[in-house]
Amino acid sequence: MMTDFMHPALIMIIGALLLPLFRGPARKPYLVIVPLLSFINVMQLEAGTYGIIQFLDWHLIFGRVDRLSQVFGYIMTLMCIIGTIYGMHEDEDAQHIAAWLYVAGALGVIYCGDYITLFLFWELMAFASVFLVWFRRGPNSRATGYRYILVHTAGGLFLLAGFVLRYKVTGGDLSFGPIGVDSPQLYTYLIMIGFILNAAVPPFHAWLPDAYGEATVGGAVFMCAFTTKTAVYTLCRGFAGMDILIPLGVCMALYGVVYAVLENDTRRLLAYHIISQVGYMVAGVGIGTEMAINGTCAHAFAHILYKGLLFMGCGSVLYMTGKSKFSELGGLYKKMPLAFVFTLIGGLSISAFPLFSGFVSKSMIVAAGFHEHMLWPAFLLTLASAGTFLHTGLKVPYFIWFGKNNCSEETWEKAADPPWNMNVAMGAAAFLCIFIGCYTPYLFKMLPYPVHYEPYTAYHLSESLQILLFTALGFFLLIKKLAPEPTISIDMDWPYRMGGRAFLWLVKKPIQFVDNCVSEIYNLAGMRPLMIISRFWSWFDWHAIDGVVDGTARSVRNIGGVVRKVQSGQMQYNIFYGVTIAGVLIVAYMFS
Amino acid sequence: MIIVKFIDFFRDRLKGTILFCYGVLALLVFIDLACIDKSVAHTKMEHLPGFWSLFGFIACVAIIIISKWFGHSGIMTREDYYDD
Repeated sequence: MMTDFMHPALIMIIGALLLPLFRGPARKPYLVIVPLLSFINVMQLEAGTYGIIQFLDWHLIFGRVDRLSQVFGYIMTLMCIIGTIYGMHEDEDAQHIAAWLYVAGALGVIYCGDYITLFLFWELMAFASVFLVWFRRGPNSRATGYRYILVHTAGGLFLLAGFVLRYKVTGGDLSFGPIGVDSPQLYTYLIMIGFILNAAVPPFHAWLPDAYGEATVGGAVFMCAFTTKTAVYTLCRGFAGMDILIPLGVCMALYGVVYAVLENDTRRLLAYHIISQVGYMVAGVGIGTEMAINGTCAHAFAHILYKGLLFMGCGSVLYMTGKSKFSELGGLYKKMPLAFVFTLIGGLSISAFPLFSGFVSKSMIVAAGFHEHMLWPAFLLTLASAGTFLHTGLKVPYFIWFGKNNCSEETWEKAADPPWNMNVAMGAAAFLCIFIGCYTPYLFKMLPYPVHYEPYTAYHLSESLQILLFTALGFFLLIKKLAPEPTISIDMDWPYRMGGRAFLWLVKKPIQFVDNCVSEIYNLAGMRPLMIISRFWSWFDWHAIDGVVDGTARSVRNIGGVVRKVQSGQMQYNIFYGVTIAGVLIVAYMFS
Repeated sequence: MIIVKFIDFFRDRLKGTILFCYGVLALLVFIDLACIDKSVAHTKMEHLPGFWSLFGFIACVAIIIISKWFGHSGIMTREDYYDD
């Protein structure tokens, strides 16, 4: 079955389970070796279908290796190495185990060839990643984790309903591939909802800023890379050319930008920009041409690195100072200069600045839109890119490392560049962001289709620089309007957060009241008469039935006592009593 | 650290830095007018001089103003909103 094939997810699962056995000096090398082995394994995989298992009537395919799965498998295992190095200082094994099982889930989805295997790993991802929220152990972590897992469970149920329905409709087809977007059925939409919930497409997106803002410092680095990009992969695989994804993607790109303006928490701001950036990818899937799918894969690849870098940069501020709100930070460039540079590189990459990774990936999706004469989507995505630079390239670095110093004395004292492992991880991601931006063949050769796109044209350079630098002009002219405000923003999690509260009120107040009334009525009309009747029957039992039974017993006992006295045991008395009774009976008979 | 010295160099010469930045912006528009081949543009609008400069600036201002208006229309609320 699996003669030459070793599933990269299996390496992560075995590695995670064996981690507690490695202690002392062996532990840190082990933390690097396991994801490194998985990465090497991915690089050595050759196209084909492996790991087919017959289970009941189904063929489960664990290892479908092609160019699409390889580009995602490559970047995910690479990010796993970087993320693990970033969190290497963490002594708690469970955090690494959760992160690795989460990566295993993502890899399982990437390489699966049927819906049952997909569902299995899909749920593993959700189940493992929720621990990355709970392990923060903050005042809100537990509630946030439950919201996260409940939303993903709902998404999983949509997916399950979709592929079960498809199984029935198609007469037993479980294969995971192009779903037939030209004639969508009910199951098409159900499966799509399952996928786009994980891609954080509004209105199913609020779990993302909710959870990523609350996750552990290292956990958020993993989370920002895997869930949404796995969903993008599944959309690429199954829904390329699905028209509805274009407006949804454009809405995402703009929605994330708007909420990022309002956000006061650094990591929640970055989370909203994940929604915005994944919007480009979703729109790219909707466009569906070879160029658009290439752009989507390239942007997912670049995004995993630069978003990981941004979460690492802001995470290092949180790790060192304990603060993540703009209204509690500021002016830290002298205290945390390395973290500033790395975060800035991430910011320039996501903003598609020339020579940085986003420039060569994001523009491919926009160009695909223009190429297909989809002018509105293309212009709106370009507009969103101005917003991306505004927040991630300017607002984040400015209000953490420059601007007004809102740090308390304690925060200022704590602030310093993070431990070496965090700097190494950020340095590696920063290098790759620049390398991808400067040397395009590295990324372009991995993409699913041949690339006929050149990002470094004079027109594109001029266009990008004008948009970005004039956005910077607008930022500095309106900087007072962007000053951090200690607020939160109501989002689409409001219905289920307040809905849950309303349900609790419903249970506590009206339903409890009705329950009390029913109990009282039952008490008055049922319990009390029942008790009276019971008392009567108790009395009757005691005095009548027990009286008869006990009276008989007492009579027998008394007769027995008399008989006992009469019966002395001596023969002559017995003969005397017998003869006397016989005589009395004979006399009575004779005179009767 | 060299990064801090580099940043301080520009902060100490803030007026000059700002002037330099304005110069870069002007240069960008000039290059757009004088040197860029716009035959590859996707729409006629893009042939306007400095189109993408204006696009970037208006996009930035619009995003800030519309978002803040949206936020202050009831979306932004106190931090303990969900704690009750």
